[in-house]
Amino acid sequence: MSTTHTTVAAGADRYSLDVARIRGDFPILKQTMNGKPFVYLDNGATALKPEVVIDAEAGYYRELGANIHRGVYQFSETASALYDGTRTKVAGFIGAPDPRQVIFTKSATESVNLIAYGWALKNIVQGDEICVTEIEHHANFVPWQALAERTGATLRCIPLNPADGTLDLTGLDGLVNERTRLVAITAMSNVTGYMPPVAPVIARAKAVGALTVVDGAQWVSHSSVDVKTLDADFLVFSAHKMCGPTGVGVLYGREQLLEEMDPFLYGGDMVLRVRTDRTVFKEIPDKFEAGTPNIAGVIGFGSAIDYLLDIGMDAIHAHEQHLLSYAVEQMAAIDGVVCYGPTDLSTRGGILSFNVADAHPHDTGTILDQDGIAVRTGLHCAHPFMHALGVPGTTRASFYLYNTREEVDRLVQSVRRVREIFA
Amino acid sequence: MSLEDDIYKEIILDNYRARKNRVRLTDADLQSEGANPSCGDDVELFVKLNGETIETVTYEGIGCSICCASANLLCESLRGRSLAEAHEIIQRYRGMLLEDEEPDFPDEISDLEAMQGVKHYPVRIKCALLAWNTVRDMLEQVSSA
Repeated sequence: MSTTHTTVAAGADRYSLDVARIRGDFPILKQTMNGKPFVYLDNGATALKPEVVIDAEAGYYRELGANIHRGVYQFSETASALYDGTRTKVAGFIGAPDPRQVIFTKSATESVNLIAYGWALKNIVQGDEICVTEIEHHANFVPWQALAERTGATLRCIPLNPADGTLDLTGLDGLVNERTRLVAITAMSNVTGYMPPVAPVIARAKAVGALTVVDGAQWVSHSSVDVKTLDADFLVFSAHKMCGPTGVGVLYGREQLLEEMDPFLYGGDMVLRVRTDRTVFKEIPDKFEAGTPNIAGVIGFGSAIDYLLDIGMDAIHAHEQHLLSYAVEQMAAIDGVVCYGPTDLSTRGGILSFNVADAHPHDTGTILDQDGIAVRTGLHCAHPFMHALGVPGTTRASFYLYNTREEVDRLVQSVRRVREIFA
Repeated sequence: MSLEDDIYKEIILDNYRARKNRVRLTDADLQSEGANPSCGDDVELFVKLNGETIETVTYEGIGCSICCASANLLCESLRGRSLAEAHEIIQRYRGMLLEDEEPDFPDEISDLEAMQGVKHYPVRIKCALLAWNTVRDMLEQVSSA
């Protein structure tokens, strides 16, 4: 694979971030793994949490403890205000006009399923079409495949170019046609970090009257996002990939659509009035948030957003680009290493998938683990993608704001060891 | 304890690279697939029987070095064995990895002891067991039939 870069890497000592200070915010980075300083390069799976997020989550349990939207006492009011305050922060973070367009779920996966059950199951019928892409994470693929089977709709798939994992949009007008009711596409591949051209796909979907679902699980945590510019009907993402707690997902939706949709989960806290013969549901967002939510997690998520905004999403993106350029350059110098994804690094976030000659990714992962380095190995919840690439999986290093060039050097050194063992 | 002493020793890498048993049997009496969805290891085992004796065992598929090496060792160890002997070997192999039992294999298949180091890497034990669990289930079907 070519090593021509279209991004300009900053010099070794010129980070766009104060990485040393940032690293001090993440207690887990002081750990060792297998006796070596812990190098965390599995940010695509989940991001580490800064002290402020851990404190916010623990603070709720230590100082408030109360359920939300129920009590008339002060601690419950405070907890409710913090919980709904995060909704306002999330809306601001993604440029949503109204916080009511932000629904909290337990994961990005649940957000996709909410759309599938709340909108698609009611509106998609036999003969309709749903269009996904071959590079999707299972979270934005399997729900649509299952829904197609259930409704008798046809699932279409925008193919990828096996050479570099980019999407092949040449057949777009046929794949998204007048029968298409919904188009689901990722804004950033969790395998290669590739950010496909979402705009023409959304434009085409709009032209034929189809709804659009954008999977932002990888994208929102690493870029400045504006849903007005994106112009999709739905955007899903999760808190834990952006320094927030696990167990919190987000569904952003167009206001009118959310209002028209059926609830997904029914129960307490989502109802206005219940009689034995009928129930009136609350307005959005409450009608989608049945039951006691992950209050501590959502409050911690609010702190994560403050933390990221304080550092700046553009600076974070630039930092990842810098590390990606450096890593691609270093890895390309190792004989037998194959890197996947487009060579135009400006179209990518900080994710590098690779294979080392004959070594199975699982073996690579074990050797890296022994060197204290955490990476993801395997199929990345993207079986169609791996199948199209014709590989038994890859090893994936993914970067975030706290990673350094020295950590890339450790990765490279360890990959050389893999090469030696499997020579 | 190092990786090279434990799991990337020569016996394992040789068995990983060996091709002889990596072949689809068209006249197999038993055939079954095993997969570890979390890592993508996916093997298919083929067994040809001659009465109560395993005439031959082969495998096909994709997997890491531990998975393929253990599958190759399985083929080498079970070929020509009676069903009862095979059952005993499988038990001992699983005991070595799961129960920390001292391995005690017949001399001609003592190479199996090379897999012992895998038990120090808990996330990899399932790689070493995939083919073995698959063949155990296949043979149990014959015994119970």
